[in-house]
Amino acid sequence: MLWFLFLLPWLVACLAMVMPSNRWRPWLVPIGGLAHLILTGFAVAGGPVTILQDWLALDPLSILVLGFVSTLFFICSLYAPGYLAQRPERSNRVFCACLSSMLGMMTLVIMAHHLGLMWVAIEATTLATAPLLYFNHTPRSLEATWKYLLIGSVGIALALLGTFCLAYSSIYEGLEPTLLLEDLVSLAPKLSMPWLHAAFVLLLVGYGTKMGLAPMHTWKPDAYGEAPGLVGALLAGGVTSCAFLAILRFYQICMNAPEATFVREILIVIGLFSMAVAAVFMIRQRDFKRMLAYSSVEHMGILVLGIGIGGVAAFGALLHMITNGLTKGVLFLSAGNIHRAFGSKNTDDVQGAMKRLPISGPLFLAGFLMVTGSPPGGPFISELTILIGTIQAEKYLVAGLFLATMSIVFIGMGSTVLRVVQGVPSAKVASTPYRERPELVIPIIVFFVLALALGLWIPPPLETILHNAVAYLDGGVS
Amino acid sequence: MNRFVDPVLIFVLLLNFVVLGASRIRTMIQAVAVQGALLGILIMLAHGSFMFIGVMMALVAILLKGILIPHMLFRAIRDVAIRREVDPLVGFIASLFLGAGGTGLAVLFSRTLPIIHADTGTLIVPAAVSTVITGFLILTTRRKAITQVVGYLILENGIFVFGLLLMDAIPLLVELGVLLDLFVAIFVMGIIIHKINKEFSSVNTHMLSELKE
Repeated sequence: MLWFLFLLPWLVACLAMVMPSNRWRPWLVPIGGLAHLILTGFAVAGGPVTILQDWLALDPLSILVLGFVSTLFFICSLYAPGYLAQRPERSNRVFCACLSSMLGMMTLVIMAHHLGLMWVAIEATTLATAPLLYFNHTPRSLEATWKYLLIGSVGIALALLGTFCLAYSSIYEGLEPTLLLEDLVSLAPKLSMPWLHAAFVLLLVGYGTKMGLAPMHTWKPDAYGEAPGLVGALLAGGVTSCAFLAILRFYQICMNAPEATFVREILIVIGLFSMAVAAVFMIRQRDFKRMLAYSSVEHMGILVLGIGIGGVAAFGALLHMITNGLTKGVLFLSAGNIHRAFGSKNTDDVQGAMKRLPISGPLFLAGFLMVTGSPPGGPFISELTILIGTIQAEKYLVAGLFLATMSIVFIGMGSTVLRVVQGVPSAKVASTPYRERPELVIPIIVFFVLALALGLWIPPPLETILHNAVAYLDGGVS
Repeated sequence: MNRFVDPVLIFVLLLNFVVLGASRIRTMIQAVAVQGALLGILIMLAHGSFMFIGVMMALVAILLKGILIPHMLFRAIRDVAIRREVDPLVGFIASLFLGAGGTGLAVLFSRTLPIIHADTGTLIVPAAVSTVITGFLILTTRRKAITQVVGYLILENGIFVFGLLLMDAIPLLVELGVLLDLFVAIFVMGIIIHKINKEFSSVNTHMLSELKE
């Protein structure tokens, strides 16, 4: 089963490479996405398994992330044929193949229990997404791709150094050298502390670059600003979740070692810093796609903050990974539609999106309200859970800063979003040929309904999976 | 650890200075190619015995780092007819001094690290740290896209040297995966350099300054 799960997207990618018809090729992506989702459903129902001598495994944490990433990918893939049909002049061969191999690589990251293999897979997601960013072939997208590739690769190189330090921490204590997660978790109390600290810092910088935590986030506004909305949604929901999972793996090892407070404090500080940086750059942001990138930086900060606090907040953080990912789907896809309808992503030109786009415009506004934590959206519940966890842990200063940055973000993001959706579109814009089409709005509606539903009711199976994941994260080996 | 490891590491260190002082891109790439090939030899020496796996890994490393990747870089500068000068932000002499300072710090720093007895005598950790520092220097102080790729390669080489301490911990499959990722990364970067040149008629990254706050 697990073999199929990560080989299937590769098969689809190969098919996309050889398929001659530019018109029908994009349909391979949703078909592959659906097959992957069905397989994931079976795998999740089947519970934890390991294959390949513990190298690949489904543990409670990977079940959660895999289920989420597969769902996210499927909904995004529904958008792909409609989006690519708008661009008949351009060959989508590489685009479709890269989308599918990105899914394969994310699956591999999620299942990898060998930290070296996980590194290889994460670097491969960077490489698979670079051509997606360059799909528009403009000088600006070229610049964004270059920055993404170089900053991402250098960051991930540091994560490799961190992985090596981790391996050395076991050699230094005369233990059997290993990079298997299970072994490291059980050996954690005996590992050499200085090397473990060095490893954690390097890994946090490395995978934090990929996740987009400040101050390693500089590629993010450029990449998300220039990428097609579809790719933005997949990066902000899928790839960042994979990088977050990588950080969680090391957190899990450190939690079983003495001096875990060191790790928690670092996570809290970097989380708050990311939120603050994002808040500052979101004020007076005139490019609404870049604004979404800063929103992503903010929410990555919230995720690591929640994990750093632990307990109830860790539950909230894992839930927030899902609710934020789904809401980002609403925002990026509707922003993509707005961008295309207006031919600009600057608020000086884009006004009156509600009138011009009767479905995408209101959804963009609703997505903004949800992502900033307005009830009854899903992010409201998860952010509230993190806040409750912070207060329970008696970290009142952290809770205060959390609320303060959230309100600055609400004001900053609100002023940009309201400029986009309100007002009257200029005559020049009203005449562009773009019209709302079902295939370009249905995926957004699906994202919206899911994100909203999670705010009203968390299904019991999901709740069980979340509880299992938190228990696994704190308790070590399942 | 083999007694030939340290002399080879000294060559690796010297090549860092060649790259820092190089005023022509061609020299930089040649130095990185030699450094990559030396790393392959180091793998063989660190394995101690000439076992099949060690020899194979070494050959793969030499092939990729010493021949294929430099070949791609040479082709990139030939295809896009990049002007041959390096175009540094920080002068060559200053770069060399910075590199020397970095190497000195690396030696001091690695003395303070807790290292097992068998590894204390070797130059592996100082060489690794100093090569990583050199990589960052090149990445930050050279303006052309292609020289940034060279910086990234040197950074990877430094991490690779550190990996020599962990020969037994890292399985063959992972090491091959790391090399393959590096190869594909340079391949994609090569394509992008080509596009940058077509788009901007220059590969200076200061042209890439449209996107900012």
